[in-house]
Amino acid sequence: MLESSPPVQLADLAPGASATIASLSADPGLRQRLEALGFRPGQRVQLLRRAWWAGPLHVRVGMTELMLRRRDAALVALAA
Amino acid sequence: MSTIAVVGMPNTGKSTLFNQLTGSHAHIGNWPGLTVELMQAELVLEGQPVQLVDLPGIYDLRGHSEDEAVVRRFLESTPVELVVVVANASQIDRQLRLALQVRQLGLPALLLLNMADEARRFGVAINTERLAADLGLPVILLSAKYRRGLAEARQVMAEALTGEPHQQAPVRALDSRLAQGDAALDGAMAQLVQAAVSLPPQWRDRLTRRLDAWLLHPLLGLPLFFLAMALMFQAIYAIGVPVQEGLATLLDQFGQGVIKPLLLPLPPFLQGFLLEGLYQGIGTVTAFLPVIFLFFLAMGVVEDSGYLSRAAYLMDAFMERLGLDGRSFVLSLMGFGCNVPAILGTRVMRDPGLRLLSMLVIPFSLCSARLNVFLFMAAAFFTPRQGGLVIFGLYVMSFVAALITALLFKGRFGSNEPLLLELPPYRFPTLPQMLSRAWAEVRHFWFWARRFIIIGVVAVWLLNNLPLGVVPASAESLSGRLGTLMEPLLAPIGINPKLTVALVFGFIAKEIVLGGLAVIYGQADPAALSRAIALDVSWPQAVSFMLFTLLYTPCLSTVAVIRSESKRLGFTVFSVLWSLLLAWLVSFVFFQGVSLLQRLGALG
Repeated sequence: MLESSPPVQLADLAPGASATIASLSADPGLRQRLEALGFRPGQRVQLLRRAWWAGPLHVRVGMTELMLRRRDAALVALAA
Repeated sequence: MSTIAVVGMPNTGKSTLFNQLTGSHAHIGNWPGLTVELMQAELVLEGQPVQLVDLPGIYDLRGHSEDEAVVRRFLESTPVELVVVVANASQIDRQLRLALQVRQLGLPALLLLNMADEARRFGVAINTERLAADLGLPVILLSAKYRRGLAEARQVMAEALTGEPHQQAPVRALDSRLAQGDAALDGAMAQLVQAAVSLPPQWRDRLTRRLDAWLLHPLLGLPLFFLAMALMFQAIYAIGVPVQEGLATLLDQFGQGVIKPLLLPLPPFLQGFLLEGLYQGIGTVTAFLPVIFLFFLAMGVVEDSGYLSRAAYLMDAFMERLGLDGRSFVLSLMGFGCNVPAILGTRVMRDPGLRLLSMLVIPFSLCSARLNVFLFMAAAFFTPRQGGLVIFGLYVMSFVAALITALLFKGRFGSNEPLLLELPPYRFPTLPQMLSRAWAEVRHFWFWARRFIIIGVVAVWLLNNLPLGVVPASAESLSGRLGTLMEPLLAPIGINPKLTVALVFGFIAKEIVLGGLAVIYGQADPAALSRAIALDVSWPQAVSFMLFTLLYTPCLSTVAVIRSESKRLGFTVFSVLWSLLLAWLVSFVFFQGVSLLQRLGALG
């Protein structure tokens, strides 16, 4: 049996699933905002749901829930 | 006087706390070196007068947004005796960042952990003594919304002021001081949380979970949102319109029964001016205050419950394709109350293209001042049932105009601004807070309306009665000449010279339109005024007038705030011209289309 590779994109997580943040590859401005909202390497992040029509993601990180676009979520690398 | 600055992240209840601490004495102040106005208030702490300044909500003192720059400039230019850092207690795991940055700057500070009730409910336990000792700052848990812990907060603020040497200088070399500590920030924050905070093993807010499962549902979310909005507007009109009609009758009876006899000794033209101009103009708008109050009350509930930020989530995919984002949608919704604060709200956007496009779209939101014109005209020309449809149609048109505008100009104002928005837990707004907020909004509206109406009514009356000796509002009067002058332009859209004068003054503010019509038609009583207008113009003309009123420049205040926020004269002129052009085109298509159908006998 083939082992399925673990998801590396936040948008690809199954709704309800969690993963650990490995690194942020955003530009300094966005990186600062992500960090201020609780995105840090080592922190757990949970995907709660995806909006219709390739819309934003609803995620939870630490004690904070927020929405972010899939494009921006792609800059958050998850640990395998 | 000592200056205390209040800083905090967005969604920490900072403004609520500021209002609770200062009562209703806050006013807008200008600060040297800052382009924005800040709320400030004087208060007395243990016999000592101090000045409290509410700085914009920011995430990071080193951040790149305009608000973050404002806070930096403020700290660099104003000597501050104390910084009050407000944080959301349940999100202490990330919000200590600002407190640490303020400490880094060497400013005397204290930390207020707001929303203590929520933190307890979610299972976040904070050892404030330990946190205060480790952080080296006083720490107080409180709940501004339920007025708990405010007395203690005042006391600690007073103590902090007496303990410190008084003449503080502004912060120097702010950026480099912050940069020095940046690398250690995350570690320091984790250490503090580890030592003083116990976080729940899992999310405990089952109410939010369950509600979101429905309200953010991929398929049901949007229909539910529009249903909720439709019900909200229905409820506002169902309650507000009868109250408005009753109030209008009362005011008219008061005018006829009390004011008219009082004015009898005055010369007839002055009597007419005071009663039919001023009193009637102000009375007509006063009657709409209950509807406006209900509107702001409902919007306040939607906003404070947390549903408004969900609207941004639901609409973002659609708005993205218009070159906008979820925040633009929320601001447009707020524009249905008043366009001016909605345009100010675009400050949260960093990308200039996105900001300008949002500013171009927001003025099409059918604001409360326009609503009172529409309610009046709809009642004058249609049965209540048809009138409801006409009002609904105008709301739809308002959305369509925004949509067309965004689609046409998104290429010119493109942006790729990232969108990160907090979705706060659902909250129950408290009644006193909602009432006082709606009351404040109505007072604000009334303040503007009154000023504009008095100026507008005087001007319209003069135009109608000058040059001296002319038959009022006849073709020889100034207003008649103005109407005739504009006729080639406005006749094709069904706007006659009398309506033209109302539109010209509506450019200043829509609050003038009704008072202006009362003066132009020389009718004091609202029922008589609607009969007079209905005799003078046909229903397609009336709808064309409403469409034009909806789409052209909302008011001078909106133009002024677009100018000051965009800092571009060219863009401001463009925004005004585009709205005029769109208004004319839509009215033209509607009026000529209906006229054609009528000639063909397909429409009554």
